[in-house]
Amino acid sequence: MKRISVTVNGVRHEADVEPRTLLVHFIREQLELTGTNVGCDTSSCGACTILMNGQSAKSCTVLAVQADGAEVTTVEGLVSNGDWHPVQKAFHEQHGLQCGFCTPGMMMAAVGYLDENPSPTEDEVRLALEGNLCRCTGYHNIVKAVLAAADDMGS
Amino acid sequence: MATAEKYVGGGVPRKEDPKLITGQGQFLEGLTLPGMLHAALVRSPHGSARINSVDVSAAAAAEGVVAAYSGADLADEWAAGLPMAWPVTDDIRIPDHWPVAQDVARYVGDAVAVVVATSRNAALDAAELVEVDYDVLEAVVDVEAAVADGAPRVHESFDDNKSYTWALTNGEVDEAFAKADVVVKERYTQPRLIPNAMEPRAVVAQPVPSTGDFTVWSTTQIPHVAKVLFALTLGIPESQIRVIAPSDVGGGFGSKLNVYAEEALCIALARRLGKPVKWVAGRSEGYLATIHGRDQVQEIEIAATSDGDILGYRVHILAAMGAYLQLVAPGVPLLGAFLYCGCYGGEAYHFECTGVFTNTTPTDAYRGAGRPEATYAIERAIDSLAREVGVDPAEIRRRNFLPAGDMVQSPGGLAFDSADYEPALDRALELLDYDGFRGDQAERREGGGSRQIGVGFSSYVEICGLAPSQVLASLKYAAGGWDAATVRMLPTGKAEVVTGSSPHGQGHVTSWSQIAADALGIPYEDVTVLHGDTHVAPHGMNTYGSRSLAVAGVAVHNACDRVVDKARGLAAHLLEVAPEDLEYEAGTFSVKGVPDRTKSMPELAFAAWTAHSLPEDSEPGLEASCVYDPPNFTFPFGTHVAVVEVDTETGAVDLVRYIAVDDCGPVINPVIVDGQVHGGVAQGIAAALYEEATYAEDGTLETSSMVNYLVPSAAEFPSFETDRTVTPSTSNPMGVKGIGEAGTIGSAPAVINAIVDALSHLGVTDVPMPASPERVWRAIQAANGGEA
Repeated sequence: MKRISVTVNGVRHEADVEPRTLLVHFIREQLELTGTNVGCDTSSCGACTILMNGQSAKSCTVLAVQADGAEVTTVEGLVSNGDWHPVQKAFHEQHGLQCGFCTPGMMMAAVGYLDENPSPTEDEVRLALEGNLCRCTGYHNIVKAVLAAADDMGS
Repeated sequence: MATAEKYVGGGVPRKEDPKLITGQGQFLEGLTLPGMLHAALVRSPHGSARINSVDVSAAAAAEGVVAAYSGADLADEWAAGLPMAWPVTDDIRIPDHWPVAQDVARYVGDAVAVVVATSRNAALDAAELVEVDYDVLEAVVDVEAAVADGAPRVHESFDDNKSYTWALTNGEVDEAFAKADVVVKERYTQPRLIPNAMEPRAVVAQPVPSTGDFTVWSTTQIPHVAKVLFALTLGIPESQIRVIAPSDVGGGFGSKLNVYAEEALCIALARRLGKPVKWVAGRSEGYLATIHGRDQVQEIEIAATSDGDILGYRVHILAAMGAYLQLVAPGVPLLGAFLYCGCYGGEAYHFECTGVFTNTTPTDAYRGAGRPEATYAIERAIDSLAREVGVDPAEIRRRNFLPAGDMVQSPGGLAFDSADYEPALDRALELLDYDGFRGDQAERREGGGSRQIGVGFSSYVEICGLAPSQVLASLKYAAGGWDAATVRMLPTGKAEVVTGSSPHGQGHVTSWSQIAADALGIPYEDVTVLHGDTHVAPHGMNTYGSRSLAVAGVAVHNACDRVVDKARGLAAHLLEVAPEDLEYEAGTFSVKGVPDRTKSMPELAFAAWTAHSLPEDSEPGLEASCVYDPPNFTFPFGTHVAVVEVDTETGAVDLVRYIAVDDCGPVINPVIVDGQVHGGVAQGIAAALYEEATYAEDGTLETSSMVNYLVPSAAEFPSFETDRTVTPSTSNPMGVKGIGEAGTIGSAPAVINAIVDALSHLGVTDVPMPASPERVWRAIQAANGGEA
């Protein structure tokens, strides 16, 4: 067991973790934040995407011990003062989700990307989301949602 | 009855979304129960192997392990093998299918032992300690090799690997071919596909040992069907099983339309150990243990006149069943059996399909189930006919379309409701600017560059709204095709809709709320939809085959009508007039000619609840149910168009445009319908260009994870262009048809036809799916007379 300290959604957590524990399992099982989903075992699907120190990361590729001292944001941390993040609003308004399983990771990837590139083109959004798989939407409305969120955040 | 369409037809934002976008989705992996144990399975690494012995002792002794069992240890748990509900012929061969193999493992992934521990990691670690002694046998993985003389047998108890042969003949087929000027004969392969719902499967079974009751949570599309089949498989009285599909199930596409080994196993383990038992699939484990789709070899012949008028069809299919028969696998080809003539005419039709065992993961219904395969064959073959007779591919479709009308007889034997195929083709051509496209294409060809463009069409008709129960009986399907709804006004004027459908992304909560809100004249927000729990929604046939709206949605509509009828009697009583003196609009009854004398639905709901003053023949409460068994299938149709750019030097294909014009009848929520089309189209395009599960000869699944099975990302698709024609179905009072699979059914042939069109000036007539750059390049080389 190793002692780590991680700030998740603004709350500092001290915890003992097995060195092999993945960050996603730490988030889901020890912190009981189950919004971050696990969709694969090969770091392919991106369902577990979170923000770590402001950058999007697949939390299945990060060991919990590597997050020691980090600031982590999960989907549960997107709401601020009761208001949805513009990306959440846009996913709702543009029908950017169907079953919703990939959605937390997809939104976190979008939030991370829009921070880097606040006014992307459609092609740029498609490339930026390459690491996040969705089987329901054909990505059409996900891309529309990210572009709408960019507009909203820029205005 | 007057129903103001305030919500129906509008793109109301979904009720499902708020929890899903805030991380409050209730997916099954998040469910934890006190004392819960975790199961991990040991799976055969061999395509075919005799199990000599299974030693679980080391695993059983490992830290955290509660129990470990071989298949033989568990043999007395099963009242029957895993169920197969569609014995398509009287002489079908149905092998025993135990949740854990007892003597022979027949595919890589076949379960051979199970370990139960206090944590998932402990169970997975201990599973590694199970020692299985196998005699490895020769495997057969290819559907054609499996029917060849001397092929290794998947099941020793059968003489060969054929499970069944099912045939259908309409008209004088030989005559039609004898008089034809032209016969085109095509051979296509349907690659094996892995459905890849984003949420891996999971199950939790909780026992109440003192009563013998069980609650089973499963990531299933079919909680009600599963309840019956769990009872039969485990010998538990059905009345003691409650099945819950969690309120959020992360996609299905047919992969959760089944009764799986792990579901039965968790119930059996919970019974044996007296504790809740949970199993969650890893993605790669799911690749082995969750059904695959397609995997067929098709031969199609079309007989036609020299003008391209089709006279007849002959179709022979080999369909891989995999190692066992999963729930409806034998019937999957039958769902396409009537559609190899598409939306076209002709006088004769023959279809024959043989279901074949191979040492592979069992196949079953994957989005479209039989219909994408049929549509692919006819839509590719009609292009071939167009080339043969020198007719434009859009024109040859138009020339052969069945006439517009209702209950139009198809050569396949079915009568299609609401047929009107030309407007969808016309609209697609208009969106495309077909003449402009052909001009651009000619310029490119003259330019002689390496980047050539092509257009592909697919005019499909499909079968939804499964199904009239009596028709299902004639096809030997073991269940009915009805669905159920209860609509209940609550005392405060809100409404509960209890549905037999079991959504997993389709937005039924939203759409059913729209239907009920309009019918009952109450705000959309005041409707709650309950689903997926057999204790809450006691009746249902569940969600698959694009059936939910056309069957369960119609049940909701009809139940609302019955509530309004009952409310009318109460309103008449309270207003002291005859029922026929009342007008109903948007939730309010008013006395004809005295519009200020009214009773609203919330007022009536409260009056029905207090029951202080009811009509003589009336009972308290305001609710009604409907079990709707449709009189016919519905037949959605449309034309899809793909435009591709192909690099003739590298074989790379760029999908430039995709146009889908669909006719699913009146639309409840256009935003949701477009979303279904987008997702369906993406899965069809993925099959055309990217996805293929492959096996090594020894039965090893080569595409064993998301790393080597290409599930495409946003970067692989363009935005899609969608439009609709609206021809109401005459089979149900709403005129609705279904849209969940249309995109997948229409899209793959449009894409491949477009690639062939782009390369037709080079002599290319076929590119197999998935059209990888290598396959496209080889097709070009072969057409040039080079090595393929």
